[in-house]
Amino acid sequence: MNWDIVIGIETHVQLTTNTKIFSGASTAFGKPPNENACLVSLAYPGTLPVLNREVVKKAIRFGLAVDAQIAKKSIFARKNYFYPDLPKGYQISQFELPIVNHGFLNINIKNQEKKIRILRAHLEEDAGKSVHGIHDNATGIDLNRAGTPLLEIVTEPDMSSAEEAIEYARKLHNLVQWIGICDGNMQEGSFRCDVNVSVKPKGSEKLGTRREIKNLNSFRYMQQAIDYEVNWQIEQLEDGNEIIQSTVLFNPDNGETRAMRSKEEANDYRYFPDPDLLPLEVTEKDISEISESLGELPVDAISKLKNNFSLNDSDADLIASDKATYDYYLNLIGYDLDPKITANWVLGYLFAKMKEMELNIHQIPISSDQFSLLIKRIMDKTISNNAAKKIFDLLWEDSNKNVDQLIEELGLTQVSDSSSIVPMIEEVLANNQQMIDQYRSGKDKAFNALVGQVMKISKGKANPGQVSDLLKEKLKEF
Amino acid sequence: MKNHLTLKQLQNGLQNKDYSSVELTNYYIDQINKYNNSVNAFITVDYEKSLAQAKLADEQLKLNKSSDLTGIPIAQKDIFCADGWRTTCGSKMLDNFISPYDSKVVELFNQSGAINLGKTNMDEFAMGSSNETSFYGNVKNPWNLDCVPGGSSGGSAAAVSSGMAPAATATDTGGSIRQPASLCGLTGLKPTYGLVSRYGMIAFASSLDQAGPIAKTSEDCAMMLNVMAGHDHRDSTSIKRDKLNYLDNLNDSIKGKTIGIPKEFFNSDLDEDVKKVLDRVIDEYKLLGVNFKEISLENSHLSIPVYYVIAPAEASSNLSRYDGVRYGYRASDYQDIENMYLKTREEGFGDEVKRRILVGTYVLSAGYYDAYYLKAQKIRRLIATDFKKSFSECDLILAPSSPSTAFKIGEKKEDPVSMYMQDMYTISTNLAGLPAISAPAGFINNMPIGFQLIGNYFSESTILNFVHEYQKQTGWHQEYPEVR
Repeated sequence: MNWDIVIGIETHVQLTTNTKIFSGASTAFGKPPNENACLVSLAYPGTLPVLNREVVKKAIRFGLAVDAQIAKKSIFARKNYFYPDLPKGYQISQFELPIVNHGFLNINIKNQEKKIRILRAHLEEDAGKSVHGIHDNATGIDLNRAGTPLLEIVTEPDMSSAEEAIEYARKLHNLVQWIGICDGNMQEGSFRCDVNVSVKPKGSEKLGTRREIKNLNSFRYMQQAIDYEVNWQIEQLEDGNEIIQSTVLFNPDNGETRAMRSKEEANDYRYFPDPDLLPLEVTEKDISEISESLGELPVDAISKLKNNFSLNDSDADLIASDKATYDYYLNLIGYDLDPKITANWVLGYLFAKMKEMELNIHQIPISSDQFSLLIKRIMDKTISNNAAKKIFDLLWEDSNKNVDQLIEELGLTQVSDSSSIVPMIEEVLANNQQMIDQYRSGKDKAFNALVGQVMKISKGKANPGQVSDLLKEKLKEF
Repeated sequence: MKNHLTLKQLQNGLQNKDYSSVELTNYYIDQINKYNNSVNAFITVDYEKSLAQAKLADEQLKLNKSSDLTGIPIAQKDIFCADGWRTTCGSKMLDNFISPYDSKVVELFNQSGAINLGKTNMDEFAMGSSNETSFYGNVKNPWNLDCVPGGSSGGSAAAVSSGMAPAATATDTGGSIRQPASLCGLTGLKPTYGLVSRYGMIAFASSLDQAGPIAKTSEDCAMMLNVMAGHDHRDSTSIKRDKLNYLDNLNDSIKGKTIGIPKEFFNSDLDEDVKKVLDRVIDEYKLLGVNFKEISLENSHLSIPVYYVIAPAEASSNLSRYDGVRYGYRASDYQDIENMYLKTREEGFGDEVKRRILVGTYVLSAGYYDAYYLKAQKIRRLIATDFKKSFSECDLILAPSSPSTAFKIGEKKEDPVSMYMQDMYTISTNLAGLPAISAPAGFINNMPIGFQLIGNYFSESTILNFVHEYQKQTGWHQEYPEVR
């Protein structure tokens, strides 16, 4: 039987604020245990929550960025359950009336745009963390994270493959960083996804029973977990078993998902409006102020790259895949560079180098002045692409070097006049009859080999495009 | 020194240098040493701390840098966190809890220069109307040591009534200021919800809890409220309003004003003797030129059932934090985390607290939420609407404070519903968030009883004015018990 896959995602996005959602305690990551645990974080008797309005602004920013409705009135509720790292015995979370409703995010799958509907996004506080293995016979509790602001973004079950799910998650990951509400650090847990997966017979209207894979904090794990889960569910159904709605955990060590013990999830959360907090009210003015400060979004950036700079879909997508790259690219283009050559360089050699050196775009040692000059020298055909790579590497090693000086010193100036190139071609043709024959019998490879020979004789300085053009002509004559 | 001086008299005494704050504090310490064994009004005293504060207050007084309460000892209900003080909320659960911070109320009294005399006994987590649910034993009514002082602020009321403190802080979730004030012959004010910060006041039912004073007179309540009232950014339900001086309007004429008489309270269920007392109150007010008008609070009979859904629901959640993990009581012997929770809460909470946690958990459970919690919230709005309508017809509403005088210790302990009925006349104002006062109205069989005046939101000045005018021409508030 053929199966449809149905996926919905809930993402916990940690909002970048200096202080916690309901107290003045710091949200700084990596502090010694409980250093950021104030009396509110510790749920001391008599302490009360006070909403951090920064958190509200960030939620509204998100809502506007996904074309959602911003609720004029939303309610914080208490989600009651006992857990050692949940100090109050309840989590404050928006339940019935969330602040963001009904938005969407478009994703690109095989050059097709697909709309993923966002059902809601609500504000809540994070829990602390249990630390095992430090004390004998006891679990440590670290409440530094307790009360860290989260925006939980919930989609409709609109994705139908692991690829779509990953693409959505990547798009969302980019967006929340782009609009400045999340640092996107997945290792530190700033962006984590719960993925709801179900399968149903192809074309069937009725949704299958879903299982929720909890807490995926890498795109690779997400891919593995969904793949495993989908196969597992199909196997179960094909064996005539039923899927039982449950929460599962992904084990990265063996790539499998495993249902939590029913005891771990059998909870009646007894939600009710938190009487310590008034309804959260948002005015038209708040919304319009935030809207004005929102600026260009990834979707605007992509169309600008395509329309103004004539980049193709995939280059535009890649350049706009994070704001830092986009800003970097725009800055380079500002030097009056060819958009396509620049895109190729940024996405090609620069990215490869960054990956190799494990640096991010802010840590590139080459100045924009020198990088743009290098691209200019490619544009005006002073140097070849290969020569440019050599210079790039040297600039990377020593940021004090200058592009034109290096070209001079290394004698990398490209030979572009045909009077110098033609004799080299003639020399090569005279000595390589076998290759010429192969070329004539239709082997393209032979042509490239001939170009290579010419380049070799020119010590790499000949303009390869010109060599290719002249060689083609000469071969006709020969 | 004369016994039973009011705050006003003490203020004058200190200003005139009749005695110092240290002398005054020592006087109250003597009174506590004399009476607390029999009355059991205080859970914790720390004379060293109190006297250190008194010394500082004396310096302030010398420098003429004092405010109204500088140098005057006040008792704090043990629901208010006070930095460095054990704060138990009447529970074994917090028996070892030393608060690392001041509640807003305590902070304000400290800033005013008042002396913290000690922490008063109370029903466990403020759940009770007789002070019998306290882990620290029941408080005894100074008028008759066999009787309850009322609750949950029974320790505060008994401390003031017996002369161990001139005034005390208290809290009122369903009547916990007014009922003990009534049963101990004192004046106790529950302010409008949101007027006094709840920061650092251990929560019972967050949407109902409100702090206020128990004192001897309306004037003393005004002096206390002057310190306690005000916006606090650390309590999101605290209301932003200009600060008033509640002493300013105490002597305003109340001639021509109207008091409403809710027919639902003055029906055949009202105790005959209590009715007689209230009739005398009406007569006094008539002498002051006040008009009376019958009004209707038609949903008031639903107050108790609504309260016993909402308050336990909130309490069940508020008390979840007492899990033995971070502070307070933890069972000594357990197998795993769940077992630790179970044993800690089983051993740390008393019966009444457990009863309310169970009820609260039940009414919030899936499948019952709509039928109980949601419905109760709807009726709560109707109750508030009844009051709103009534205040278009009258300035204040007269009601009984308690259905009877103090009952015998143990008399209602095994019958929670009859205990809950103690608050039948006070609860509706908590549900509506309105201010109300109980003031001495006389005696029935030698036991004091109060009358209640309920006002519109933020009408504390009017309420205090009405009671002050009454107290200028009556003497019930000047009667004190001989503690034996």
